[in-house]
Amino acid sequence: MSAPASTLTIPGAVRDALKVGLITLGLSIPILAVRTDQNLSNQIVLLPRWGLVASAVGIAIAVRLAYLLLAAVRQARGGALIGSLGVRLPAQAGTMFARAAVVFLFLYPVIALSLAGTGGAVKWIDNFGIQILIFIMLGWGLNIVVGLAGLLDLGYVAFYAVGAYTTALLGKTFGLSFWLCLPLAGILAAFWGIILGFPVLRLRGDYLAIVTLAFGEIIRLVLINWVPVTNGYAGITGIPRPSFFGVPFNASDQGFSAVFGLPFSPLYRTVFLFYLILLLALLTNWVTLRLRRLPVGRAWEALREDEIACRALGINTTSTKLTAFAIGAGFGGFAGSFFAARQGFISPESFTFMESAVILAIVVLGGMGSQVGVAIAAVLMIGGTEILRELDWMKEIFGSGFDPTQYRMLLFGLAMVLIMVWRPRGLVSTREPSIFLSERRAVSGAHVREGHG
Amino acid sequence: MAPRDVVLEVEHLSMRFGGLVAVNDLSFSAARGDITALIGPNGAGKTTVFNCITGFYKPTSGRITMSLGGPAEPNDVAALTASGNRAMRTARGQLFLLERMPDYEITARAKVARTFQNIRLFPGMTVLENLIVAQHNALMIASGYTVKGLFGFGSYQRAEADAVALARSWLDRLGLTARADDAAGALAYGDQRRLEIARAMCTGPELLCLDEPAAGLNPRESSELKDFIRSIARDHGTSVLLIEHDMSVVMEISDKVVVLEYGIKIADGSPEAVRNDPKVIAAYLGVEDDAVAEAEAEIAQ
Ligand SMILES: Nc1ncnc2c1ncn2[C@@H]1O[C@H](COP(=O)(O)OP(=O)(O)OP(=O)(O)O)[C@@H](O)[C@H]1O
Ligand SMILES: [Mg+2]
Repeated sequence: MSAPASTLTIPGAVRDALKVGLITLGLSIPILAVRTDQNLSNQIVLLPRWGLVASAVGIAIAVRLAYLLLAAVRQARGGALIGSLGVRLPAQAGTMFARAAVVFLFLYPVIALSLAGTGGAVKWIDNFGIQILIFIMLGWGLNIVVGLAGLLDLGYVAFYAVGAYTTALLGKTFGLSFWLCLPLAGILAAFWGIILGFPVLRLRGDYLAIVTLAFGEIIRLVLINWVPVTNGYAGITGIPRPSFFGVPFNASDQGFSAVFGLPFSPLYRTVFLFYLILLLALLTNWVTLRLRRLPVGRAWEALREDEIACRALGINTTSTKLTAFAIGAGFGGFAGSFFAARQGFISPESFTFMESAVILAIVVLGGMGSQVGVAIAAVLMIGGTEILRELDWMKEIFGSGFDPTQYRMLLFGLAMVLIMVWRPRGLVSTREPSIFLSERRAVSGAHVREGHG
Repeated sequence: MAPRDVVLEVEHLSMRFGGLVAVNDLSFSAARGDITALIGPNGAGKTTVFNCITGFYKPTSGRITMSLGGPAEPNDVAALTASGNRAMRTARGQLFLLERMPDYEITARAKVARTFQNIRLFPGMTVLENLIVAQHNALMIASGYTVKGLFGFGSYQRAEADAVALARSWLDRLGLTARADDAAGALAYGDQRRLEIARAMCTGPELLCLDEPAAGLNPRESSELKDFIRSIARDHGTSVLLIEHDMSVVMEISDKVVVLEYGIKIADGSPEAVRNDPKVIAAYLGVEDDAVAEAEAEIAQ
């Protein structure tokens, strides 16, 4: 059973780590080495940041070295091939990686602050941290429907929209606080999940995909055209922002900065929002992992594998599908609620089919059903998009009219094609069993079905 | 002679697909604890009968009565039929009219489990998971419809441990314990067939419907399967309804054989009687063309 482990020597590990350092150096010279800024007369000044490059390279070498050594220690137990890195990962690598990632995420604002300073950190925490975490959460929510239950849903953004508009409307009309809107948004989105679920119960495959796609568009069109309530294209502004247990983040005397005796800075709100979405995403993950080990989660996966066999075993497939739709939609609603409160402004523009497609791409790319895979895919896809915004230096090469973000979809498509050729079942293609008798062995993706729709 | 304790009574069952009559006015019964075989040439309508019994098809007409706890009283059956309900409690147990019930309820409440002619396991789930999913309804209740399970109540942990123990006992019997943590789709064909039977048994059925369980098995596997099916009926007291083309299996383990041809019952009796029935010989066991024509003429009359 256990695969032949590649023997790993210390010099080999050091060589490998240095190679990684070299790659990091190569990558960080264009990305990190020079910072563009404006002086008072609006001229661009280039600030070299070689210290930053050095620390990035140092971190990369250290992490790689620590990783390889840890892997070597665990190698004796035999391992599953994750292979994406061309390295044989130990069986517990998934869990270890997930733990390390969570620790990193909790430290992320601190790291960003120390590396980028107070001014630059907002961008890193907001554009990268919060944005990616929102999509990780959406990916995990959709993963329940698509990855576990095998129901292809192309209109997931509808529930994101329901959550966002619920929070916006309840907050503005009734003055409800974010903390009250959040659960209400989740519940309402789950309710809409059931509403969508009923008509599509009998549909499979392409038909299910088309109806869910239409559902997403209907919701968006309603948001555009129901002007008295939603204010149409103009959207809703002035959505109440979340408070820190009743203490608002503003410059007033009752504001967070004043209460805690700190100088006012928008940073506090950003950091707070970061931890909020981090906790929401972790909650999603916790609930999903728990549900997978419960009868309802096993029934979802069984439904994906063979619906007729499920019925022959006395499983009510109607309620099983509806719970998958409802719970998946509920998490979309939570994410939408957070999104509305973070932006303070929402409009139908944020809830286009493109969004559904990106979320679905994250799930498919990650490996359907895999929580870790979905998280990695979200980091790659959303992080990649954000990095494109950072590539202003390319203007120097391609002329000032060049906007890298315009090539986002092209790059997305290219990346998707490459990854699907290279790993047709997504980044993490194995399935973790929900229970085991003597030994937890990952199920090869070759056996796992993708659902009929 | 004591009255037969009938677990399943099929009366005047017909199933039409457009112009095709797949099952035509079929009546037979299966006694509790017996192995009842349903045989017939390809396309005779055997699987269709199974699909009607297990609710996958809604029969065009006919009544299918399942009685738990003891034989059904004719009065009770008549009362239930007239009431328009699906099920009723009787002095001895429960009575179900299967043609009125949705498929999953037939397994969950009327305790009829089945396997499929073309194996339908959950290939991407492990062998153990397949057997745990089969205990879904009991575990669902134990998990307080997910609420208790989500918060890790001890009662659910115990119920899950019991479910694993039951699964394990079946795996031990099949000699598949070592493969418990492998994907079901990775098992050999014969093991998949037996696992599917064990999975059906994990639903706790009173009647087990097996659709060609010996198909594709080699002679040794097929003889092991015979013992396995026999032990299900004898040791568990689970009644078995068996579709099978392998005559050695049918003749050896069946208590009663029902023969179908073109959706019509042509014989019904002990394996001995059926084996010597000229109509069966003509229709099923393969004879010269003129004998078949003769038999057809007989049916036409
Ligand atoms: N869903 C359906 N729609 C139309 N015709 C059907 C359907 N299911 C079965 N039939 C037809 O009914 C007849 C009986 O089929 P059935 O599968 O019950 O035969 P069988 O006795 O199980 O045969 P085999 O031994 O080959 O499994 C066949 O002519 C078949 O084509
Ligand atoms: Mg058949």
